[in-house]
Amino acid sequence: MTSGAQPFISDNPHQAWLPMLELSTQEVFELMLASHLTKPVTPAPEAAMNITGMVGLAGQLCGVLSIACDEKSAALMASKMLGIELDKVGPEVADALGEVCNMVAGNFKNKIPGLGDGCLLSPPSVITGNDYSIHSMAQTPSLEVGFLFENMPIIVSVQVHS
Amino acid sequence: MSIRALIVDDSSVMRKIVDRSLRQAGIEISQTFEAGNGAEALTVLQDTRVDLILCDINMPVMDGLEFIKQLPTVENAKGVPVVMITTEGSEAHVVQALACGARGYIRKPFTADQVKEHGIPILAGKP
Repeated sequence: MTSGAQPFISDNPHQAWLPMLELSTQEVFELMLASHLTKPVTPAPEAAMNITGMVGLAGQLCGVLSIACDEKSAALMASKMLGIELDKVGPEVADALGEVCNMVAGNFKNKIPGLGDGCLLSPPSVITGNDYSIHSMAQTPSLEVGFLFENMPIIVSVQVHS
Repeated sequence: MSIRALIVDDSSVMRKIVDRSLRQAGIEISQTFEAGNGAEALTVLQDTRVDLILCDINMPVMDGLEFIKQLPTVENAKGVPVVMITTEGSEAHVVQALACGARGYIRKPFTADQVKEHGIPILAGKP
């Protein structure tokens, strides 16, 4: 997976939201998956990310929050959420990643003063595959944070359109 | 006391998490019913009496707020407490859900302790 979004840069007008994005993600993984996310030493290669969950934000904040990872990470999320062995996980993988994305997006917007009431979430969508790109028509920088989930990389990003 | 619960959420994964959280909270469940949206839940309630309903807000076909507005029309659902479990955690959403008839409100992400804190007093008939 590749992203057409510009990476996070220091003059990003939404830079102050980055700690809230980090905290929102960490809370969801700790509370719902009993998993403590850590920070990677080196950035994860985007090519390894072959499943992406996305939730649209509309209202006072318009954009897309996405979580990209590989299939094994997504399957492990489903395993932890369902409380079943990894090899027993089936078609719930997309549902699980979509729901994680939904909770991170909801948690994130609720942490930004004034946005809780003024921003609605779309139902989550999940894209799978090795060769796709996400292109945003809005040329705004994205907020992006990488984590290690059980030593596997995940990337959480918010592309702010307006 | 053993109860029958109806869990309404468009995510099957989330329905299973809510079911497990109820059990982890020490609430004894004799039977769990599931529905993927408000319309499906109303259909379930036509034939089934439950003691507690846990319901998401954002769902396709019929959302959680419309569902609780329509609950009084179903004989089996009269007096059954509803707890909303949703990512829509703003003050306005809470007020709207309570105005529609919800008895409690849990924000996702949540813990089993929060389910216990909200669920047990409601099952015990406390406000």
